[in-house]
Amino acid sequence: MQHTAQSIKGIAGDFPILDQKVNGHPLIYFDNAATTQKPGQVVEALRRYYEHDNANVHRGIHELSNRATRAFENARTRAAAFINARSAEEIVFTRGTTEGINLVANSWGAKFIKAGDKILLTEMEHHSNIVPWQLLAQRTGAQLAFLPVNGDRGLLDLTRLSDSLTPDVKLLAMTHISNTLGTINPVADFCEHARKRGIVTLIDAAQSAGHRPLDVQEIGCDFLVFSGHKMCGPTGIGVLYGRGELLEQMPPYQGGGEMILSCDFYETTYKKPPHKFEAGTPDISGAIGLQAAMNYLDEIGRNNIAHHDQELGAYAFEKLSSMKGIRLFGPTIGRAGLVSFLLNGVHAHDVVTVADQRGIALRGGHHCNQPLMRKLGVESTARASFYFYNTTAEIDRFVEVLREIQKFFGA
Amino acid sequence: MFDDLNDLYQQVILDHSKSPRNYSELPGANRTAQGHNPLCGDHVTLFLNVEGDQVKEISWQGSGCAISRASASILTTALKGKSVAEVKTLFDRVHDMVTTGKSNGDLGKLAVFAGVHKFPARVKCAILPWYAALAAVEGKAEPVSTESEE
Repeated sequence: MQHTAQSIKGIAGDFPILDQKVNGHPLIYFDNAATTQKPGQVVEALRRYYEHDNANVHRGIHELSNRATRAFENARTRAAAFINARSAEEIVFTRGTTEGINLVANSWGAKFIKAGDKILLTEMEHHSNIVPWQLLAQRTGAQLAFLPVNGDRGLLDLTRLSDSLTPDVKLLAMTHISNTLGTINPVADFCEHARKRGIVTLIDAAQSAGHRPLDVQEIGCDFLVFSGHKMCGPTGIGVLYGRGELLEQMPPYQGGGEMILSCDFYETTYKKPPHKFEAGTPDISGAIGLQAAMNYLDEIGRNNIAHHDQELGAYAFEKLSSMKGIRLFGPTIGRAGLVSFLLNGVHAHDVVTVADQRGIALRGGHHCNQPLMRKLGVESTARASFYFYNTTAEIDRFVEVLREIQKFFGA
Repeated sequence: MFDDLNDLYQQVILDHSKSPRNYSELPGANRTAQGHNPLCGDHVTLFLNVEGDQVKEISWQGSGCAISRASASILTTALKGKSVAEVKTLFDRVHDMVTTGKSNGDLGKLAVFAGVHKFPARVKCAILPWYAALAAVEGKAEPVSTESEE
């Protein structure tokens, strides 16, 4: 099998940050699951907004406010198209994935989850898709349950789902792609099983939104959340998709300006969704930057990105598998563009420190997956996560450095 | 190879991390203290036998990176026989050294950790066992965490 994946064509010069030396070596940025780099097009959109159109949105009469409002709402329409939502009213802007999940837990959860209800999660969830539900369970007396992960290969057993979807389950919240294992979950299948039983579903798309085409109608979920900064957009902006019918029934999340129709001293009537859930001045430039990121990704083509991811993921997995003294996590085939691993006798943080001295940015630790780490019987792993600007040549260099690390620590 | 890293991973550190000294429980220990770094999962338990004002015996167990393992191992060799006041003084001097790179006086074998200051993300690894030691001689029962520092 010959691998020749270069970074995707036509992006040269879009990421000046990647063209630098770190600790005397050309930067190899393999920490994309934490955050991706931003192309010039996104930075330029932010600059243009602040230099030409900056004003507060909604309620404004003047020209700049009209422009800012239009740009902000255009970004909402763009986000709806990006995930094939039925309408822009199903798009709530948030600070990111974490806030999206907290919004659903606090608003939908507070109204619809009662004592004795069950919230079904999986063992591969990020802390952000565990802790908000723990808080909700503590407040309401609901129970949490977890679909098991099947050992180091990191797969969920779909055949066990039916047994887990008992009548007391009211919500299934799960990740699309595991940030630690690289597992791509067949979320449409999970949602179909849940929907047949009237169970509400939430999909954490933090690791998938910038990496593959997403269609909320095809997935059939009720909620879907993601962050802008993991898909070439700015930090501080994210999207909560909520099926219109559900958003309509939900109480406000936070109170403040922007979300009210009229406000009296003792009573307030709220705007319709999505504005009902966006109290205060929103991250206007963030939404505009996110729109630029979405445009950028679609110019490259999300299918092309997914293909490139899988090529790099498979290439890295194969290369690392051929090394001695390494433990690899996640599926052997059909993995996302990341690899988690441990070198025998070398702690993940030592791997990351030494790799950094060679200009390679990795991540080591529990990846906000402590319960999963305990299940795998490890305290941490080292992780290399890729994006469309990475290449197989960089992976070759990375493997070379890992071999040096093994020698250095006499492992 | 890796000249730039030799400051951090000195031979003594690599040696102690692979073959930690005093690595066992201590039967009859009258002080124990736990240190935990929630960011990376490193944890260390120190067992001390303090008689009067003196650390008579000391051992440790735990898991973590090369820096934290070596720091715990070397700590046990450095603190045996020291008085409580000396332990506190050493803590301050080690803390200064790993954060600034400068050591106040001769720290003996502990001086191998001076290079850690160039790696800010790794300072906590080196200092974790020292927080546990401080807690042990001060008789604190609560586990210490690198995150209570800030």
